Amino acid sequence: MNSIPGRRLIISLFLIFLLLPIYWLVNMSFKTNTEIVTTMTLWPHQPTLENYKRIFTDESWYSGYTNSLTYVLINTVISIAVALPAAYGFSRYRFLGDKHLFFWLLSNRMAPAAVYALPFFNLYSAINLFDTPWAVALAHCIFNVPLAVWILEGFVSGVPREIDETAFLDGYSFPRFFVKILVPLIASGIGVAAFFCFMFSWVELLLARTLTSVNAKPISAIMTRTVSASGMDWGLLAAAGVLTIIPGALVIWFVRNYIARGFALGRV
Amino acid sequence: MDKTINQKAWFLVLPVFLVVAFSAILPLMTVVNYSMQDTFGNNQFFWNGVGWFKELLDPSTDLGGRFLASLGRNLLFSAIILAIEVPLGIVVALSMPREGWTVAVCLVILALPLLIPWNVVGTIWQIFGRPDIGLLGYTLNGLGFDYNYVSNEFDAWATVIVMDVWHWTSLVALLCYAGLKSIPDAYYQAAQIDGASRWAVFKAIQLPKMNRVLLIAVLLRFMDSFMIYTEPFVVTGGGPGNSTTFVSIELVKIALGQFDLGKAAALSLVYNLIILIVCWIFYTVMTNAGAERPVKPGGA
Repeated sequence: MNSIPGRRLIISLFLIFLLLPIYWLVNMSFKTNTEIVTTMTLWPHQPTLENYKRIFTDESWYSGYTNSLTYVLINTVISIAVALPAAYGFSRYRFLGDKHLFFWLLSNRMAPAAVYALPFFNLYSAINLFDTPWAVALAHCIFNVPLAVWILEGFVSGVPREIDETAFLDGYSFPRFFVKILVPLIASGIGVAAFFCFMFSWVELLLARTLTSVNAKPISAIMTRTVSASGMDWGLLAAAGVLTIIPGALVIWFVRNYIARGFALGRV
Repeated sequence: MDKTINQKAWFLVLPVFLVVAFSAILPLMTVVNYSMQDTFGNNQFFWNGVGWFKELLDPSTDLGGRFLASLGRNLLFSAIILAIEVPLGIVVALSMPREGWTVAVCLVILALPLLIPWNVVGTIWQIFGRPDIGLLGYTLNGLGFDYNYVSNEFDAWATVIVMDVWHWTSLVALLCYAGLKSIPDAYYQAAQIDGASRWAVFKAIQLPKMNRVLLIAVLLRFMDSFMIYTEPFVVTGGGPGNSTTFVSIELVKIALGQFDLGKAAALSLVYNLIILIVCWIFYTVMTNAGAERPVKPGGA
């Protein structure tokens, strides 16, 4: 790749710009509230784990994390399970209305969550799923299923057709071919798609907050409530924020080489 | 790739169709239903025809004024962040290290903001920007700027824009980086033999190769910034006044705050229609770009 002048400086400055606000959050999470409010310190002078301790011992806090993870995992499993056959269908065959269907899926990925907040509230209340992880998981399908189809279609198209044909000639039935041959071949693609479903379900707040009230409340909603209720417990808020960054940071490492491809909907 | 025509493929896409239809079509019908009616509570509804739509598109009414103002603010916001994020993303992608362990480190740090829940992004900047306890606000005020995003409109806008640049420039950068990686070394060697300048290399080799990913980046960024809700809501709550109230924030205010179902539904439909049109342009351009790609000189 051809270089541009001062590239080391540019990339370093940009990375510092990205890390500074995160550093400040981590810094604050280890401070006591008195230290936060009274002094301006670049690192905690009286480091404390009190904020984290409160989150891990108070059920109303840590249940937020388990609630979030529950609907995120349900959503990821549903999305991948329905998207896999569809991705194969779109990649290999033409059928009546295929292009329209594909466009319709894309348009749902782009639809503003704010539009669906109220109707979803009505819908899931009507079928008694309100305030369960299933409501949020199903609601998040509206943008995650299209995304998974798009990403997986890109990966399936990378598998040569000859492999399908050979497998069928060898007497594989379709389901057996799918599970034994296709899925292992696009394993990395499934990983990437799962990662993106995980990610978009994890970062979304509006629908998750609208569809839950008590039992299935996600951590992000618990955070917003605490800000207003307990006034200015900045240390606790910062600690909760840091804990929401960790799952994302962990999974990035595994997909770092595929991130860009996933964001391009499998089309780089 | 040649695809065979096979109507049975519908069985493969049927699960997706059902899941998405359940989440998309049913709620959309509710919205259409509400948009034509008025309610005075007690679940009593009255037919209102296209009344809400008329009001929505008429700037002299309260609803129309609010909608058009938030739409204008939103378009301005999208334009500003695109003008910053796209060039910055290209520069960052060009500055990425070529090999070694630093590549992985850079990629992970770049991706980090993308995986933070959106309200936490808001929280981070809310804390970071506060004049009393935030590093940014404290430093700016220490340098003599009267910076306060809660009371000053300009500061609120600046904060929301810098936050979005922080949050999403990485996406543009990662996409461009993937585009740049696909350029074979031979291109650069040829350019070197020709004695091409750096600018010429960028214009003749790198930019054309990034075209496609840039297109995706621009459209994704446009769509997502056009429906931005959580981050500015957490930081500024739409204020001071209404200065950072974007369309989604206005919509949620009307729908879940005031429970003005008819107005909210009419706004939703118009909002969705705008998104749908942009989406269609996106899709057409993408599929055309895809169709052009396999064509090789000589028609092989």
